[in-house]
Amino acid sequence: MMDREVLLSVKNISIDYGSGKKVFHAVKDVSFDIYKGETFGIVGESGSGKTTIGRAINRINPTTSGDILFKGKKINGKIDKVTDRMVTEKIQMIFQDPMASLNERAKVDYIISEGLVNVHPEYDAKKRSEMVKAAMEEVGLLPEFASRFPHEFSGGQRQRIGIARAVIMNPELIIADEPISALDVSIRAQVLNMLMKLQKENGLTYLFIAHDLSVMRFICDRIAVVHKGKIVELAETEELYAHPLHPYTRSLLSAIPLPNPILAKQKKHIVYDPSMHDYSTDKPRMEELRPGHFVYGNEKEMNEYKRMVKE
Amino acid sequence: MDKNPILSVKDLVVRFKLRGRVLTAIRSVSIDVFQGESLAIVGESGSGKSVLTKTFMGLLDNNGWIESGSIEYDGKDLAKFKTEKEWLEIRGGKIAMVFQDPMTSLSPLKTIGKQVEEAVVLHQKVKGEEAKKRTLEILAEVGIPDVETRYKQYPHEFSGGMRQRVVIAMALACKPQILICDEPTTALDVTIQAQILSLIKRMQEKYNLTVIFITHDLGVVAEMADRIAVMYAGDIIETGKCDEVFFNPQHPYTWALLGSLPQLGVKGENLYSIAGTPPNLFKEIKGDAFAPRNKYALKVDYVARPPYFSVSETHKARTWLLDPRSPKIEPPEYIRRLKEMEVK
Ligand SMILES: Nc1ncnc2c1ncn2[C@@H]1O[C@H](COP(=O)(O)OP(=O)(O)OP(=O)(O)O)[C@@H](O)[C@H]1O
Ligand SMILES: [Mg+2]
Repeated sequence: MMDREVLLSVKNISIDYGSGKKVFHAVKDVSFDIYKGETFGIVGESGSGKTTIGRAINRINPTTSGDILFKGKKINGKIDKVTDRMVTEKIQMIFQDPMASLNERAKVDYIISEGLVNVHPEYDAKKRSEMVKAAMEEVGLLPEFASRFPHEFSGGQRQRIGIARAVIMNPELIIADEPISALDVSIRAQVLNMLMKLQKENGLTYLFIAHDLSVMRFICDRIAVVHKGKIVELAETEELYAHPLHPYTRSLLSAIPLPNPILAKQKKHIVYDPSMHDYSTDKPRMEELRPGHFVYGNEKEMNEYKRMVKE
Repeated sequence: MDKNPILSVKDLVVRFKLRGRVLTAIRSVSIDVFQGESLAIVGESGSGKSVLTKTFMGLLDNNGWIESGSIEYDGKDLAKFKTEKEWLEIRGGKIAMVFQDPMTSLSPLKTIGKQVEEAVVLHQKVKGEEAKKRTLEILAEVGIPDVETRYKQYPHEFSGGMRQRVVIAMALACKPQILICDEPTTALDVTIQAQILSLIKRMQEKYNLTVIFITHDLGVVAEMADRIAVMYAGDIIETGKCDEVFFNPQHPYTWALLGSLPQLGVKGENLYSIAGTPPNLFKEIKGDAFAPRNKYALKVDYVARPPYFSVSETHKARTWLLDPRSPKIEPPEYIRRLKEMEVK
């Protein structure tokens, strides 16, 4: 674990929207590392700041403070042209709504090669079209689809177009923000399988952002749980599901629908009430209670969590 | 749940005209909905879940029509309804609907209080102070906090979950017998989803509602449903009590649908996914519509549409596999895993 290569390092970032009296702290002092080749998950409810974190890494949202390092290089704030180009090329994003993220009036081959044209203007048309063909093949789209428009495709196919557009850049990190939430059950499995195949074949690293914990369990190596802009717990996936410590994590896990009528009907949903924390004098911090398992809390809560860990 | 159907659909066929061509969205569906039960309709996108239930409220899009069949409710055949006037009575006080996007039912320009109050005035025949009092009661009942303030606010000041609560309040204001929920929680976070589901359950008990629940999340189905109807390509291919369909599924499409659950996935291995695509509804479908995607398909599946075979008094499936002459085929191994699943 210790000697794994860190691909992306997020250090104490905070992100505000607005300013002055109207400022909203969307992300508060968030830190985590993503190792090369792993799938790192961020879960949390809508508005918790998970998308904002993803967009900060991709330089769409500016950070207010803190550092983001990609392969050891700072990529947030003011950066030089070379670094900017590296980010544009090596970090790609896949979005939730495939339709909204695609240019409706452009043909599929144009959409897929758009990023490539920007970063590699030196490639000629022939090279580009070969690369488009290869990318389409990789995501399971027929080459003859190249001259069609996005609206002629199903939701699952459109998501494949979005993914082809990302993989053609030969990225190292893909940020997938709810990539399957808008898809039908049967299509979800296909898209997930394809993402896993691409990871294996191309040694990709994923940052997977979602609210569906049943999918996250299947796909992620490690998961960070975000609540109101803060990471409240971070652990390896199985560890997190087996020993959830923070009450918010436990509430999220208790809310997962269980596909078994006997269990589902016995299930009790734990409601999380943030006012349960008294941080007025005993101040909270992040602490590693088991190897790789971090939780946010104050002294009193830590003692409680330590007891839970021992059980 | 008692044994009398509150609503009975027989041989229903629904068609749409699209750019000069006709597609058959519902292909001869029959189903009884029983008083007080909660029936879940599941199936992949485009299988006809919404179209089927829209026919119960006269809400088919203008290019659609009921070709044949009947929908018996309250001594009437809804399939024969012609005028809006007939439908208004049904929609006003008998059958209500909650959609995935609460904004389809709410106006962005009017306060929440006004909108719910309008429903109260219309359906409960009260006015003025009394109407407002009932509105506040109903809002509190569906879990809206601080109702006096919330009453004066607009939908954009509400979160998605809170809006869905308001829509449920409006549906309840009609004092319906049947509540149709079409993917009511698909757009919501898990914790909010859990709260809305428990609200619907609570309201069902309190008002003795019959609930028809449309979803493609089988986890939600397991939690909510007494009975399940599985739809594929405009047909109901299996119905049974919740545990019958989960633990003893018969149609290969039901197997496939259960198999795509991420909860059944094994890390590092591919998730099960259904090969191919659903059939083209513009063309006439021969035999079992699922046959081309079904690795267990028999020869007969390509030529003759299977009838329903009964598995129990409450469980039946439209698959030739249940014909005594068919070879015996074991359901996939993961079906057993579903049963053995444990809560952590
Ligand atoms: N107004 C319409 N005109 C033409 N075809 C329609 C119309 N409305 C629905 N259909 C077709 O009827 C079929 C059933 O659609 P329906 O909306 O009932 O599916 P569904 O099971 O509710 O799917 P989803 O899970 O995506 O909501 C689909 O093939 C759909 O394209
Ligand atoms: Mg629908």
